[in-house]
Amino acid sequence: MSSAQIEIQLIGIVVAAACALPGVFLVLRGMAMMSDAISHTVLLGIVLGFLITGDLESPWLLFGAAAMGLLTVSLTELLNRTRLVKQDAAIGLVFPALFSIAVILISRFARGVHLDTDAVLLGELAFAPFDRLMLFGALLPRSLVVMSIILVINLLFILALYKELKLATFDAGLAAALGFSPALIHYGLMGMVSITAVGAFDAVGSILVVAFMVAPAAAAYLLTDKLERMLLYSVGLGALGAVGGYWMAHLMDANIAGSMATVIGLLFLLCLLFAPERGLLATAARRQRQRWEFAQTMLTIHLLHHEGTPEAGVENRLDHLHDHLRWEPAFAQGVVQRADERGLVRLENGSLHLTEAGRGLATTMLTEKR
Amino acid sequence: MVAGSASLTSDKTMSLLDLLNSLLFDHTIRTVALGTATLGIVSGVLGSFAVLRKQSLLGDALSHAALPGVAIAYMLTGSKSPAVLMLGAGAAGVLAILLLINITRQTRLKEDSVLGIVLSVFFGFGLLLLTFLQRNPDARQAGLNTFLFGQAATLLTRDVVTMAIFGGLALLFVAVFWKEFKLLSFDREFGASLGLPMPRIDMLLTTLLVVAVVIGLQAVGVVLMSAMLVAPGAAARQWTNHLGRMTLLSALFGALAGVAGALLSSLGTGLSTGPVIVLCISVIVLFSLVMAPNRGLLWNYLRQWRNRRRLRTEAVLENIYLMSSQHDDPSHPHAITALEAVSGAGNVRRSLEELQRRGLAVPYDGNKWALTAEGVRAAQTRLQPAQKDEK
Repeated sequence: MSSAQIEIQLIGIVVAAACALPGVFLVLRGMAMMSDAISHTVLLGIVLGFLITGDLESPWLLFGAAAMGLLTVSLTELLNRTRLVKQDAAIGLVFPALFSIAVILISRFARGVHLDTDAVLLGELAFAPFDRLMLFGALLPRSLVVMSIILVINLLFILALYKELKLATFDAGLAAALGFSPALIHYGLMGMVSITAVGAFDAVGSILVVAFMVAPAAAAYLLTDKLERMLLYSVGLGALGAVGGYWMAHLMDANIAGSMATVIGLLFLLCLLFAPERGLLATAARRQRQRWEFAQTMLTIHLLHHEGTPEAGVENRLDHLHDHLRWEPAFAQGVVQRADERGLVRLENGSLHLTEAGRGLATTMLTEKR
Repeated sequence: MVAGSASLTSDKTMSLLDLLNSLLFDHTIRTVALGTATLGIVSGVLGSFAVLRKQSLLGDALSHAALPGVAIAYMLTGSKSPAVLMLGAGAAGVLAILLLINITRQTRLKEDSVLGIVLSVFFGFGLLLLTFLQRNPDARQAGLNTFLFGQAATLLTRDVVTMAIFGGLALLFVAVFWKEFKLLSFDREFGASLGLPMPRIDMLLTTLLVVAVVIGLQAVGVVLMSAMLVAPGAAARQWTNHLGRMTLLSALFGALAGVAGALLSSLGTGLSTGPVIVLCISVIVLFSLVMAPNRGLLWNYLRQWRNRRRLRTEAVLENIYLMSSQHDDPSHPHAITALEAVSGAGNVRRSLEELQRRGLAVPYDGNKWALTAEGVRAAQTRLQPAQKDEK
């Protein structure tokens, strides 16, 4: 591996980690689409910052962009509070308008400057190692430095306000009752999303920032119920997606950021299918198992109900389950076979008899479920 | 619009009349304006439903999700004709919807998370495919600019005809299934209880939304397509409570923004049409939010102000009466300062003048005020229920 390759992967990992941390809270609080809005409107902050300072490298651009992110949030809330439009429409109205202003400003006042709208939307990770910056006597890639600082800020913010963030996320009412300001936490979080989006779009572009923020966190949410683990998993998944994406892009000779988003998407798909408890396969298997178990219980109760009565000879027969329980013959066969294997019933010449265990199950179900 | 054209009049010597002239006779501008107007109408109509059904961000996700469809359609056919690419984009959009619906239903993930994932991962995958097809990892050279921001200025008659056919079909479906879509938007359970296949109707309406998105991509691009779906509907919603009128108004707003955007961007140098259209429709939204009767912010503010004034005036009337009744003379005059002390905040003098206009109070040597006989009666009827309660 050349040093440029290692650097690109390092940048990818740092971006993924920095994005995954606020992403977890966005996913849990149901505000994932806010990241989409913010990552677009930061462009306006950058353009305005550039028009004022005249310098594309100025650190003020970052502040301007982060402030624009917060402005997006408050404009959306302001619009939502008028109750004239709903929350989702408010987001959909605010960010395209701000983004359009940015695009028009660029095309009218910042032509010829290195400030392309498509660079902002798509990023250029492949060129990141060429843009270097002197720090501690070493020449480091600029994005690596910027994103590492943002990662540290995010980590500090979450560590410092961990308890508050957790409470405000899972029980906003209690958090407010205990005197934590929900607005402060909300805006803190949105500020974190804003600076992360600003730092990250240089590398991966503003559309794919959303993939880094939302997809690993959502995948982690399918894997665990613990917030600490969810944070860890989403950082891990994001980093894995970044490295895997780099190599896929390398093999295919294609765009790195797009490839990283694709791999992150694949990782999400894997979690969606195979997560131990909440994955689609596990859920389907559990439903199937419950269906059979419920049917077996039904069978024992049906048999118990008619056991020892004159109609038992008619009711308690395999070929009559269709009439009495509305079961298809194949399904009835399957239920009886499974119940037989569990030692709940015995099948003799087509007529069904409860075993001691089956009778026990039926009576406990009848008494307990009441 | 006025300010924009005025500032440009000086350097381009173009008046509003010239603008209209070019709309009627300049072939290129007319084509572009026709295209964006078509888009505005179709997305206005379908966007109304999206806004009502809280699916405003669906259009955003769908437009991003179309990219891999475009890439795959090109990969399979090798053709760059708009119809083929539109079909590919549409197929990707439908796939995105199916994923969205099923993941949201089957897991505990919230809809916005799934929207974000579908939007960004589909887009990333499309980017990967496009750059792979061109053997060029630099995303900026992948010809994505058209897809991201649209190129309304390069719309040809052929493109506009394609847009009009697809859009017209979508609108025809809306007309045929009007009753069903209305039911879906307002009372889905009632529709289901009538035995209508609501999930299928839902899918049909959402597919039509995909059609609107696909039509718009070429004109305004991915990023701004969501505004074309949300904004006309959100603006129209402020003016009426009637679905039919809302949809028509929304189509009108969409068309208006489309034409205005096309004309304005034809004036300025380097203005891309998409952002200008979005700004036009945003101005319409802002105007509607503020000015719309009954719902608008200004209307609301006026109503509150009037209510507050009425309540204050009535409080003053009651206070004079209560103070005077301690003197065995209901029309005993009182100093305005005393009334101010009792009535608290608000302009007491203005309330008294209001009472005077209604013939309920009269001034008494300068700074004192007393109730007229009619004022006493008015105060008594107002206070009667309260006095009954005390007994």
